[in-house]
Amino acid sequence: MSAFNAIGEEREIDREEFTPGIEPQPTWCPGCGDFGVLKSLKQALPEVGRTPEETLLVTGIGCSGKLNSYLDSYGFHTIHGRSLPVARAAKLANPGLEVIAAGGDGDGYGIGGNHFMHTARENHDMTYIVFNNEIFGLTKGQTSPTSPKGHKSKTQPSGSAKDPIRPLSLSLTSGASYIARTAAVNPNQAKEILKEAMEHDGFAHVDFLTQCPTWNKDAKQYVPYIDVQESDDYDFDVHDRQEAQEMMYETENVLKEGTVLTGRFYVDEDRPSYQEEKQAIGEMPEEPLAERYFDDDYEWERSYDLLDRHR
Amino acid sequence: MADNELIWRIAGGSGDGIDSTSQNFAKALMRSGLNVFTHRHYPSRIRGGHTYVEIRASDEVVDSRGDGYNFLLALGDSFARNPKENAYYGNEEVKPLSENLDELREGGIIVYDSGLLDASEIPDFEERAEENDWHVFDIDLRSMAREHGREIMRNTAGIGVTAALLEMDLDEIENLMENAMPEKILEPNRTILHEAYEMVNEEYEFDHDLRVPTGEHEEEQVLISGSNGVAYGALDEGCRFIAGYPMTPWTDVFTIMSQHLPKFGGISEQVEDEIAAAALALGASHAGVKAMSGSSGGGFALMSEPLGLAEMSETPIVLVEAMRAGPSTGLPTKPEQGDLEHILYTSQGDSCRVVFAPGTPQEAYEQTRTAFEMAYNYQIPAIVVIDQKLSGENQNVPASAFDRDPNPSLGPTLTEAQLEDAPHDPSGIFQRFSHDDPEDDGVRPRSLPGQKRGRFLVTGNEHNESGHIEEDPDNRITQMDLRMKKLESIREDLDSDPETSNQTYFGPDEADYGIVTWGSSQGAVREAVERLNDDGHSVKAIGVSDLMPFAEKEVTEFLESVDEALVVEMNATAQFRGLTQRELGQFGEKLTSLLKYDGNPFEPAEVVEGFEIQIAGNEEAPTANTRLEPAVSD
Repeated sequence: MSAFNAIGEEREIDREEFTPGIEPQPTWCPGCGDFGVLKSLKQALPEVGRTPEETLLVTGIGCSGKLNSYLDSYGFHTIHGRSLPVARAAKLANPGLEVIAAGGDGDGYGIGGNHFMHTARENHDMTYIVFNNEIFGLTKGQTSPTSPKGHKSKTQPSGSAKDPIRPLSLSLTSGASYIARTAAVNPNQAKEILKEAMEHDGFAHVDFLTQCPTWNKDAKQYVPYIDVQESDDYDFDVHDRQEAQEMMYETENVLKEGTVLTGRFYVDEDRPSYQEEKQAIGEMPEEPLAERYFDDDYEWERSYDLLDRHR
Repeated sequence: MADNELIWRIAGGSGDGIDSTSQNFAKALMRSGLNVFTHRHYPSRIRGGHTYVEIRASDEVVDSRGDGYNFLLALGDSFARNPKENAYYGNEEVKPLSENLDELREGGIIVYDSGLLDASEIPDFEERAEENDWHVFDIDLRSMAREHGREIMRNTAGIGVTAALLEMDLDEIENLMENAMPEKILEPNRTILHEAYEMVNEEYEFDHDLRVPTGEHEEEQVLISGSNGVAYGALDEGCRFIAGYPMTPWTDVFTIMSQHLPKFGGISEQVEDEIAAAALALGASHAGVKAMSGSSGGGFALMSEPLGLAEMSETPIVLVEAMRAGPSTGLPTKPEQGDLEHILYTSQGDSCRVVFAPGTPQEAYEQTRTAFEMAYNYQIPAIVVIDQKLSGENQNVPASAFDRDPNPSLGPTLTEAQLEDAPHDPSGIFQRFSHDDPEDDGVRPRSLPGQKRGRFLVTGNEHNESGHIEEDPDNRITQMDLRMKKLESIREDLDSDPETSNQTYFGPDEADYGIVTWGSSQGAVREAVERLNDDGHSVKAIGVSDLMPFAEKEVTEFLESVDEALVVEMNATAQFRGLTQRELGQFGEKLTSLLKYDGNPFEPAEVVEGFEIQIAGNEEAPTANTRLEPAVSD
């Protein structure tokens, strides 16, 4: 008998279950791209059969971190840059949970960059949504890791001397097994991509372009967007690492010029998830570890049985 | 000082097998009925560099180094560098012999490997040996090892010589070799052991007095390090998740846990940095698994933010801080108690954590268990403070000390059935941080992700009853007060049974003077107190482990009962004395500090000397390695 009966529950799920009954109105600025993430996530979760109580949404700090307040589920609003290590441990502790981590581009590609690299490398079975608005929003418009070279702000008065980070390429190099970019201006594609990301058995990274009309671009600047799977101008195989790499490189280059390329960039369905790898070498139990603490019949091992080496 | 004790030091280079050889020898002494204590000294280097392990063995209790030592086995350093003239590191080849002479007692024994060491390179060696009445045996251990096996087996030859000179039986040594060595290397080692033993008996006549002491244990003993104590305490508390990043000396605990957890169906994660390590422990614990992490000073600094998140989100975790000498990289392989204030106060906002500093390997076991109990019962981070000294020293402990029931309790956690009746807000969100219905101790039971009717938000922001961000002043005060109340509750809990106090007392019940210490300096103080009383002083001591919430009642009672006290700790700024004054607001004029921060732990004689100078009014200055800091008023 499970102590966690929300996990694997089979029932009809209404997307409104994910809307908090009181204070459902987000505090994001009018026209903010973050609304697009919330909306598509609320649509995607019921479609993949996940309920609020089997979903753990772990966020970082920034406007994106408020996502927890507006999506009704188990939530852990952590600290700046650290959503991934909290999220992946929760997944190891209780693999039946649908674990989603989310944060901004500063959170994920700046302060939390090391965790992003290593979580992708380990290929945990979880979804990571990066709200990429190319700016620090909540702290009022400073240059971020994805801001274009030459971007002027109060902290970069002469314009940034740095090229922006390449989130898709970094993700691929690090080891993510599902990599996509979508945009708040394209909610239908976003929903489909989030569904795929959640259903993918491995680390799924979604770079989500979320316009920041207050401090950076407004929605118009992400339109028109091009879906690379639907456009005839782009022909590459998402399963081919090399072709994916070239496509990502171009995508990152042209964003500076205002061309918004979105879609799936890399999908590797063969790579085992971290849980599978760890179980294969006998370093992770088959039964969810969290269940053991509720199992009254479990015979807990004792250090007393390890003493032979000390005699 | 134990009247009849052996303090045997094996010296050589890192990578020469000093550790494993000494471990087996210590066990042989323990099995023969003696109490043993080991101390290791090593450089931050993989190969070469002067290293030694000291084993103190006596029929009396030994829980610290002795003063100096009385038997040196100097092996050659296979990886010694060849210095140019005036190289700052000097001639490494002779260091296993030359570096160890200053602390060798009068009448002591020196066995050195003449195959690798040339005593004539050491200035005045013969004169010093004569002056100090040292009994010197230059034996070509290397040739003996080469003849029957490989050069590294000169360790075993050295053990054979030691046993012969001390008139010690070879049986236990051989039994342990059989357990530890594969067949292929066992045979040559056995041959070398016997040959060395017989050679000494046949070819040498000796007139030294030192013999192996004899003793008897009332029950079976095991040889345990402080790191073993921490790890075993964690395992017995049902901890099945650890995340870490290597850093000396914390790595010991991490390694032991990582070796056992898979067999216990647990998970060990070596991760990208210490921020991640602490954050993983938090994530696992949030999801319902008992979890820990830890590091040494520098890595612990990186854990500050997750530590604060654990305080604010009321997520139970246990962290280990294995101190080494700082600041910065400091002395990576040397002990110090300089991180106290760092551990107590790091991370923004008011500290709300439990901090214990055990003093012995057995206390490390007990207090790690208590740390888990406090963490999970009160939903608070608990930190176990050890140091390079305690983590690496081995001591015999009765095996029965570990014959205890496991405690896998997650603390106040609701089941799905209980959640049905728990408070929910109008949205159906479980009010995990309820104002109205806290237990008397300030703790509010939690739910776990995946439970029906349990969903809630947890955040590092100040939050309302459902866990949502809330900046209202009334709510702020209520939530802060409930969190801080847990510290009072924990103090009451810890004080409820004096029998299980974490504080340790030495010496007579009534005495004129006191010595106060904390953590791993306890052993040296215990022995110093014995000696001072033997010498006619009236002195007792307390070893304090409860640093937060502070052992206020016990320390107050102790200090009220003495005229003056010496506070002994391994740092330069008297951090523990400062804590005591801050917590108690009195006794400042009574507290003189004895400090040491040269990278080596206190020897009992240094404590005796410090006491005699300050308390007994002796006029002499202390040794160059310690410092007295006069009392200051509050």
